[in-house]
Amino acid sequence: MKKYWVIQRKSYSYLIDKKTTLALVLMAFVALFLMLISIGVGEMYIAPLDVLRALTGSGIDMNQLIVMEFRLPRVLVAFIAGASLALSGAILQGVIRNPLASPDMIGITGGAGFAAVSFLTMFSDDSNNLIMSINYLPAFAFIGATIVAFLIYGLAWKDGVTPIRLILIGIGLMALFQALTTLMMLMGPIYRASQATIWLTGTVYGTSWKEVKAMLPWFVIMIPVLILLVRRLNIQVFGDDLTKGAGIAVHRERFMLLMACTALAGSAVAFAGAMGFVGLIGPHIARRISGSSFGGLFPASALIGGIMVVLADLAGRTLFSPLEVPAGVFTAAIGAPYFIYLLFKNQ
Amino acid sequence: MNGILRNTHIKTVGLLIGLVLAFMMIILSVVLGYTDTTLAMAIEAYTAFNGSNEHLIIQLSRVPRALVGMAVGISLGIAGVLMQALTRNPIASPDIFGVNAGAGFFIVFGVTFLGITPVQQFMWIGFLGAAVASGLAYLLGSAGKGGLTPVKLTLAGAVMAALFASLTQGMLVTNEKALDEVLFWLAGSVEGRKLSMLATVMPALLIAWVISILLSRQLNAFALGEDVAVSLGQKTILFKFLAALMVILLAGGSVAIAGPISFIGIVVPHFARYLVGNDHRWVVPFSALTGGIMLVAADIGARYIIMPEEAPVGVVTALIGTPFFIYIVRKGIFQK
Repeated sequence: MKKYWVIQRKSYSYLIDKKTTLALVLMAFVALFLMLISIGVGEMYIAPLDVLRALTGSGIDMNQLIVMEFRLPRVLVAFIAGASLALSGAILQGVIRNPLASPDMIGITGGAGFAAVSFLTMFSDDSNNLIMSINYLPAFAFIGATIVAFLIYGLAWKDGVTPIRLILIGIGLMALFQALTTLMMLMGPIYRASQATIWLTGTVYGTSWKEVKAMLPWFVIMIPVLILLVRRLNIQVFGDDLTKGAGIAVHRERFMLLMACTALAGSAVAFAGAMGFVGLIGPHIARRISGSSFGGLFPASALIGGIMVVLADLAGRTLFSPLEVPAGVFTAAIGAPYFIYLLFKNQ
Repeated sequence: MNGILRNTHIKTVGLLIGLVLAFMMIILSVVLGYTDTTLAMAIEAYTAFNGSNEHLIIQLSRVPRALVGMAVGISLGIAGVLMQALTRNPIASPDIFGVNAGAGFFIVFGVTFLGITPVQQFMWIGFLGAAVASGLAYLLGSAGKGGLTPVKLTLAGAVMAALFASLTQGMLVTNEKALDEVLFWLAGSVEGRKLSMLATVMPALLIAWVISILLSRQLNAFALGEDVAVSLGQKTILFKFLAALMVILLAGGSVAIAGPISFIGIVVPHFARYLVGNDHRWVVPFSALTGGIMLVAADIGARYIIMPEEAPVGVVTALIGTPFFIYIVRKGIFQK
């Protein structure tokens, strides 16, 4: 019996460990179970079985309303945002060949943050009302992320782009955008500043089906793209020389991968705010489960990222209730120590 | 590497010119701004005070901020030189290594949970935060295979900065009053600081300036590599400890009064090395002066960007500093 499942056609090849597949199925169950719990827990507790009933449309009206209108979209947004961020981090760590890279570290999230805060400040009138619908905020954030990605790429270009230049330029730009974000917050009224802070920390508070509908297409489109990218990333990891040797246009590929990474991070940040550390830590945890071949790493990262944010949101809603703490605080609080552990483990 | 100022005479002259420039900057900073004032008024404010608006502004606002800006700029310049020499990393500086973010976190923590309001108290917490954050970044960067490489240290610093930033935001989300109080501080500014605040940190900063200048010979030896430094009779461990302590004093003190001001620490040492070459006996004083001049100049600029409101000076330094930072990175110091 072979150890791997391989799907191979002319333009793509997808290889996945059989043991990993088992782990993935298990993880998917864990994720579903957690989402079920998270839907049930809140101001009004609903038992998991009742949640299931409500989901299938056979529950009592009250539960039906709470589950379908409030809790389910929120949990879905949390999961998709987490999955997107972790996938984005997995791609970036492959491209930059550095396990410490992540979209929040190189300014992509920072660009989105600046765009979002600018939106809140510039489109507020004197009496603090937004003159443009808040629905446009995600679009702004997404554009911000894309612009920064192009900036990083363009500024790091010098006879091609080396991973180290990418990340250092990214760190520099991150500092710049942080400063600009603060400037924007100062220029606007304090009420907006506090709204912006919540967004910058990352939260899925108050999300509805509208957000789910806006996010889902991005995520779904990215799945086939990622499948196509798998074998390219698998070889990028070995370094520029070997990649060239395999007949791949290194720089064009790197650009494409960076864009995929931005699209994922941008859409997540647009709807769930600048949730920190998921893009950094998600892929690391996933790698321990799936190994570092991207065929297994992508689905594993997506699941781990999703689980992380769902858990963080659950913690944020319950631990300090009635106070709601943004989920981003918990992803950072879990992510940073884990990162420290990672650094020491390699000693 | 030689700088463009080659012999000792020219360097001495350069240093004197720097002193004059620094003094002129302070005067400009006192005179320029939203309220029209003249040099004569500034002098009268101290010799023949008449309680007019202009005199009050000069005494209570302009003069303090000029002096605070100068002191903070000098400290950040020296801190940058020390960090870059210690870590042999040309983009080392308090902000990139998360020292500023650490101090910010501790201060916001103090305001939110311990109810600390007088800004004087910020200083001690700021020191503590700066010490913890720089210690952590150093520890993290040196962990793992291959020890402390510049890139690793930079990344470790960036991660610590991100951690502290999101924890800070988390606290601010739950406390709008604290947000209002610390927002301007978080952006980095020398506006509205009282002379008494400067007086509290000044002893620490002064001591650190003097010791840093005394350490500059040792920095030269250290720059040759640790083995060489040891064989030249340097007590390397003691030296590293002392230099790191100076960084904490300088960065912590600065961040405590002015908030996190970015990029001065990176840019200034490069400029100083461009002028005088690699001899730290010159680089340290030149960086100090350039830092002071740059920060006060940036602060003057900050008054004009979004007039009649004021931009925090940290934003201006970031605007000037980022292009320079990108230039350093592109120059290709980090091939490996």
